[in-house]
Amino acid sequence: MIFGALYFILVFLAMGLGAFYIIDKSGLGDPLQVVNGIMIYYLVVDLYIRYALQKMPIMNIRPLLYLPFRKGQVVQYSLGKTLFSFFNLAHAFFFVPFSIILLIEGYDPAGVVGWHLGIFALIFTNNFLNIIMNNKDSVFYPVIVVLVGLGVLQYYGWFDITLYTVHLFDALYNQPIYALLPWGLLIFMIYAAFHYFKKHMYLDGGLATKQSVAKTEDYAWLSRFGNLGIFLQNDIKLIKRNKRSRTTVIVSVLFLFYGLLFFTGSLEVYENPVWQIFAGIFVSGGFLFTFGQYVPSWDSSYYPLMMSQNIQYKEYLNSKWYLVIIATLLSTLVSAFYLYFGWEAYLAILVGAIYNMGVNSYLVLWGGAYIKTPIDLTSNKNAFGDKQAFNTKTLLLTVPKLLLPLVVYALGHYLVNPTVGYAMVALSGIIGFAFKDAVFRKIEKIYKKEKYKTLLAYKQKT
Amino acid sequence: MNMIKAENLTKTYGDQTVLNLDSLDIPKGQSFGLVGNNGAGKTTFFSLLLDLIQPSSGKVLNNEIEVSKSEDWKPFTSAFIDETFLIGYLTPEEYFYFIGELRGRNKADVDAMLAQFEDFFHGEILGQKKYLRDLSKGNQKKVGIVASFIGDPEVIILDEPFANLDPTTQIRLKALIRELAQNKDVTILVSSHDLMHVTEVCERIVVLNKGEVVRDIATSAETLKELERFFGG
Repeated sequence: MIFGALYFILVFLAMGLGAFYIIDKSGLGDPLQVVNGIMIYYLVVDLYIRYALQKMPIMNIRPLLYLPFRKGQVVQYSLGKTLFSFFNLAHAFFFVPFSIILLIEGYDPAGVVGWHLGIFALIFTNNFLNIIMNNKDSVFYPVIVVLVGLGVLQYYGWFDITLYTVHLFDALYNQPIYALLPWGLLIFMIYAAFHYFKKHMYLDGGLATKQSVAKTEDYAWLSRFGNLGIFLQNDIKLIKRNKRSRTTVIVSVLFLFYGLLFFTGSLEVYENPVWQIFAGIFVSGGFLFTFGQYVPSWDSSYYPLMMSQNIQYKEYLNSKWYLVIIATLLSTLVSAFYLYFGWEAYLAILVGAIYNMGVNSYLVLWGGAYIKTPIDLTSNKNAFGDKQAFNTKTLLLTVPKLLLPLVVYALGHYLVNPTVGYAMVALSGIIGFAFKDAVFRKIEKIYKKEKYKTLLAYKQKT
Repeated sequence: MNMIKAENLTKTYGDQTVLNLDSLDIPKGQSFGLVGNNGAGKTTFFSLLLDLIQPSSGKVLNNEIEVSKSEDWKPFTSAFIDETFLIGYLTPEEYFYFIGELRGRNKADVDAMLAQFEDFFHGEILGQKKYLRDLSKGNQKKVGIVASFIGDPEVIILDEPFANLDPTTQIRLKALIRELAQNKDVTILVSSHDLMHVTEVCERIVVLNKGEVVRDIATSAETLKELERFFGG
């Protein structure tokens, strides 16, 4: 989580410092006006991200119920704690430098302060809005439908909501006194959230954990693959039915678009042909990296069962391997849209995919043996990185995962020609494929060696 | 013939010895009860038996297979220790079928077997549209216990099977275990805090205290009194 947080802080800071001048230079108009124009979407995206990721305070209330506090105090404490959430603080890294630059650039100080405070209140309004919405799907989905609708309308140029909302945000600057309005809204939201919570503070009310209706599913078509099929069935259910794994799959889909940075020529450093291989590896390897690196942690909550049941390590690993291979194949098929950028782009992805399947598929399984982080499937905690995932052994393993194919390609590319470079990367993948049995025996040994340590690590609850 | 043998088995954490068994033999077909206070080493012993932790010295043999050296004991051994033996995101049915597949039993076999446990489930397990993680502790336990019977295992290990069960289910479980104990091919190991329950279902009771065997009793009418004297006193 620390790494993710640092990353976002840096991104926000860079935007806060750079946005004014970038907009100014690009001739889109007055930077403050431009920012105000997209502000509505900024706030909406913020709300959406909060809904998806921000942890609700309710779970921590339960143990407080039995202690001698008044209900009001408990609610105050829980809601107050959310104010210091990263989801609020991160925005400061954008808005504070941005406002300071506005002042430096000679904008009216009173206006900037009014604008800043107004936006400040709106960000926190989102915080409380999210708390109320989180408990009510009936609020969330309609809101999302309306917003997506507006986005589509704007995209096709039928109706541009920002033309109207821009005035709202401009008003904060033009008439600083209007900043009182968002503050009024914020106070109202705090009040609403407070009362909502106080009223629902019962174990079978607002504090109840949501239970989903379960349906017994049988993927009989998988049974024909014997034990492999049984594990694959379970893995599919694991991915479908748990929040954490679903998030991972969504992230891995985003990897598909990573190549756009390279092949559209939007970033100059990525023009280098060697980097195209890098892109190829990431585009097809999203699932491999995001899901694969946490094998066997996905099964951490029932690892003792897996270790004492009638299961051979080899079969277990094999099923995870197949899962990764199938996902890589799918990603490769889906990424055929890169053909739009020329066959070279897709060739890089194909070659990357072969390398992923032939070499990286083993490496992630191997590395997984050293990442002994128990995963709580039902929450998104640590979904974006975990400090244990950065130990020396896993870092060392990224060398063959990411750098080796680049080196292999560069050798072929510069010594002979690009075709030979591609061929060499693909060949190393194929060679890896051929050694599957030998490599698996090795990985199996490592897993066996690490078994007791892993079991112990998984015992420490997340 | 001895099914389970522990030889010079010890487990230490730092300078604390949590289990120290010179020699403990459990003959095939015995129903074996393990009692002791918290920290007596019951779960440690079971975990060693299942090769979930490594012994500090000595070894455990299950049907003459040293469990930390070979995995060949797995096909005939099953256990329910705690909720880490359940897969939370499966429905009970899916879980039973999964265990069944692992133990070479197809769906029809599992269904036929589950039908015998209708009473035990008391209508709270099958067809409930709930994932295991959403079941109550007691119902989770029922699932885990029954799953450990799938595939006709020869060694069944149950840690605290009576805890969290309602009175009716406790009585039914006792009947189930007694019935299994009739089968001379099945060795069943049960631990419990409830002295009455173990004396009712086990032929032999071993009392652990601070990791060592302090009593080894063939169950008789006097056993409960003897145990109560030991723990009371």
